[in-house]
Amino acid sequence: MLATKVIKDQGIHVEGINFFTGFCVEGHTHAIRAKDRKKEKRNNALWVAEQLGIKLHIIDVIEEYKDVVLNPKHGYGQNLNPCLDCKIFMVNKAVAWAWMEDNDFDFIITGEVIGQRPKSQRKQTMPIIARESGAEDRLLRPLCAKNLEPTLPEREGWVDREQLYGFHGRNRKPQIALAESLGIEEFSQPAGGCCFLTDKAYSNKLSDLWSSRGDRNYELDDIMLLKVGRHLRPRPNYKMIISREEGENHYLNGYQHEFPMIRTVSTGGPNALVDGTPTDEDLLHAASVVARYGQGRDSESVVMSIKRPGEDLREVAIKPLSPEEIPKSWYV
Amino acid sequence: MSEHELNARRLLCPMPVIRTQDKIAELGDGDVLKVFCTDPGVLHDIPAWCRIHGHEVLDAETNEREMIITIRVQK
Repeated sequence: MLATKVIKDQGIHVEGINFFTGFCVEGHTHAIRAKDRKKEKRNNALWVAEQLGIKLHIIDVIEEYKDVVLNPKHGYGQNLNPCLDCKIFMVNKAVAWAWMEDNDFDFIITGEVIGQRPKSQRKQTMPIIARESGAEDRLLRPLCAKNLEPTLPEREGWVDREQLYGFHGRNRKPQIALAESLGIEEFSQPAGGCCFLTDKAYSNKLSDLWSSRGDRNYELDDIMLLKVGRHLRPRPNYKMIISREEGENHYLNGYQHEFPMIRTVSTGGPNALVDGTPTDEDLLHAASVVARYGQGRDSESVVMSIKRPGEDLREVAIKPLSPEEIPKSWYV
Repeated sequence: MSEHELNARRLLCPMPVIRTQDKIAELGDGDVLKVFCTDPGVLHDIPAWCRIHGHEVLDAETNEREMIITIRVQK
């Protein structure tokens, strides 16, 4: 937001690009969970674009992004976040986008600041992103430009280098001060916090998905389901996703034609989806786990329904497992 | 000038916005597009995208579990 404002204030026409990888935090979780439905929903990228008065192009990169997640040349950060490869990928996508050339755009800006992120925003990695993305010196970082060699837009005089900044480090106070001086009062989520791959719990679930299938791959539905519910793996051949509230119940219902579903019938309780290759005995066991999270958890018996896709629904009376019967090791 | 429909049901934001953006890229000035969605987030996001790109939202109606946004394309 700041980088765009700084460049726009030099009288330069700027348009935004927002890449949707499938791992974005905002939007989905708010859309799924009923308790979040009361919160105001907004797409931060759209909101920022509107505040700045620029056009925003949202690009679906879900398929192409898989290679970044599965084979990051520069490795992962603390979790499964391939931040450096991600930046290279996104800048490259912007450079390679035919629309940019067709519409006579001359260079790319990002809001990167040297030292702000431990993996991808270091002095040593800035040239790597410029080089490996193919942007070379058409990549300008207005907020830390004064700490870097002048880029093409600066050398050509398209941008006044004197009006750029030399921010560095994790301290965001200079950016906040600049925002205030530019009349910006509200900020969107800082980089990093907006990607599920930086989240330890989410990364654990993704690792579990890969190891259980013996294949490091994923579809959009896989990574969406990792954002929902409690994930328990009682046996190696199946995992359960148990909803935590009404919104997640509805969301899981959308997958009833693709996965076996377990629902609580005789009392209030969660829905659960079973992923993997469960036997009929596994589904009975899974139902007793699901019952543990329903209102009948302390009853001797509750009625649960079990339905495999394409088969008739069956109802079973089952005793919910006790907390001691659900070891912590089952939680993914 | 013609009328078009887009099925964006079961998609969560920002996918309905992306599908709307891509569909509008194929349409001409004055065309009308009706987008059918189930994520309530579209009531905010699609009009915001339209404002940014200069398209006109003619109507945004909500049924029990479905949102229908009608847009006039401006090019």
